[in-house]
Amino acid sequence: MGVTIHVENLNAWYGKVQALHDINLKFEPNHATALIGPSGCGKSTFIRCLNRMHETIPEARVKGRVRIGELDAYNGTSATQLRRRVGMVFQKPNPFPSMSIYDNVASGLKLNGVRNRKQLDEVVERSLNASALWDEVKDQLHKQSGAGLSGGQQQRLCIARALAVEPEVLLMDEPCSALDPISTGKIEELIFQLKEQYTIVIVTHNMQQAARVAEFTGFFLLGKVIEFDKTEKIFTNPSNKRTEDYITGRFG
Amino acid sequence: MSERSSNSVAQSSLLRISLWRRFTDCFATSVAALTVVLVLLPLGAIFAYLVYRGIGSINWAFLTQTPKPVGEAGGGMANAIGGSVLILGIASLLGVPFGIGAGIYLAEYGRNRFGDIIRFTSDVLNGVPSIVIGIVAYSVVVLRQKHFSAVAGGFALAIMMVPTITRTTEEMLLLVPQSIREAAYGLGVPRWRTTLSITLRTATSGVITGVMLAFARVAGETAPLLFTAFGNQYWNLNVNQSTAALPLQIFTYAISPFDEWHRQAWAGALVLIVLIVGAVAAVRIAVRRGALAGANN
Ligand SMILES: Nc1ncnc2c1ncn2[C@@H]1O[C@H](COP(=O)(O)OP(=O)(O)OP(=O)(O)O)[C@@H](O)[C@H]1O
Ligand SMILES: [Mg+2]
Repeated sequence: MGVTIHVENLNAWYGKVQALHDINLKFEPNHATALIGPSGCGKSTFIRCLNRMHETIPEARVKGRVRIGELDAYNGTSATQLRRRVGMVFQKPNPFPSMSIYDNVASGLKLNGVRNRKQLDEVVERSLNASALWDEVKDQLHKQSGAGLSGGQQQRLCIARALAVEPEVLLMDEPCSALDPISTGKIEELIFQLKEQYTIVIVTHNMQQAARVAEFTGFFLLGKVIEFDKTEKIFTNPSNKRTEDYITGRFG
Repeated sequence: MSERSSNSVAQSSLLRISLWRRFTDCFATSVAALTVVLVLLPLGAIFAYLVYRGIGSINWAFLTQTPKPVGEAGGGMANAIGGSVLILGIASLLGVPFGIGAGIYLAEYGRNRFGDIIRFTSDVLNGVPSIVIGIVAYSVVVLRQKHFSAVAGGFALAIMMVPTITRTTEEMLLLVPQSIREAAYGLGVPRWRTTLSITLRTATSGVITGVMLAFARVAGETAPLLFTAFGNQYWNLNVNQSTAALPLQIFTYAISPFDEWHRQAWAGALVLIVLIVGAVAAVRIAVRRGALAGANN
């Protein structure tokens, strides 16, 4: 089941440069929320703060509060503990090149100590089914390396890998930016199904995509949230002038 | 009319371009091929000459017997072959984990002053003459133990292996894209586990190349063994005794005044090269098998 995410007064820096300013947002469980905004406005930085990936960058710093369900992300929770519950799909597909398809999907469990063969088999099949990849790869699970798939298949493999550890939240940073329309369609369909079990936050440059998959949309500009509302409202009747300008393509 | 003629001019100039391109392509390819031949030629020549001089003295006795006293014909280098395997085994046991560990440290945690110091030290160590390394091993191990030993020889060779392994391991790990590490972090895998199971595994074949490079380099070293392993005319597999080694034996025989020993020196050199090539090939094959098996479980 998905959980609610509360973000309170979140600030983030790269060295001395502040990339996020006082973000306050709430993400509803079992819904998808889209984050839009011009390049460089801090969308990636923001979602990387939700699973504490931001701090893996040298000199990077975070201040503020993030609550994932009952977990306080920056207070009394270890980064690894948090990341097991907050899965992430990256902008560029990044399967482990030295592992087979099977091992890629099972990696999260294996590396955290699960050895039970039967359990792994089940999880791999379920995850690949969920990411709509099973039928395409079921005959070469062990033979084919993760890097030997097409870009779209690799991205669905990465989604399966994220789902295999059964997170409660799924963060997706422009998951379709490197994909053709057919793979994009498949992943959007997937997001629709995944919503039933997860809280989904998706960064996208594609407004149609935001409109198609997300109930809520947040508009970022220069490291600040300009507007956050129901997707329909944002796209038809935004209350902020700058949101409207961006939506209608007048800048950005 | 004019259109057509300009068209054919364009076509003929296109033809000329494509001819020129084909010529340059052919030229560049042959230059590249030639340089490959030039590089491989000395290697082939050395090997061929070794076979020519050495193969005649290689027989069952040479591979299974210890040296006969001066003047007696026959005898072999079995003790030196066994000793070399023993010393190189000790060297690898000491040097490989140390080198890989240091390489991991430099690549994953060494973006600081301490890392720079290690990098610098390691590069300097790489340039230290092997005889000096031998003296170090002599004073650190031999003087303390009060006798020559295979351990002392292995220690000297291990010191020589470490810098090569360290720097190649570091470079191979740095070639692994950051996005691969992030993928593991994102799954909640701790950093140390990511380094060992993801980064190192992705870079395995490069790391192995570094190890084999270091191994092949020290396998032929004579100077560091002169006053560490020292050499031995008899069979010895006790790591605390002075031990024969192929390079030492070759050296002793080559500077001797006896024709029989000269012939045996050539044969020893041939055996040494075959051992090195064999070891490198065996490891490569084993790694390839292992990698496939790894992908299968
Ligand atoms: N590793 C980094 N080091 C320093 N500054 C960075 C780093 N990554 C991002 N930034 C800066 O932080 C700001 C926000 O970047 P971010 O990647 O979050 O933008 P984004 O909204 O995801 O853009 P895009 O849509 O192009 O992916 C930018 O001004 C960028 O220059
Ligand atoms: Mg981004």
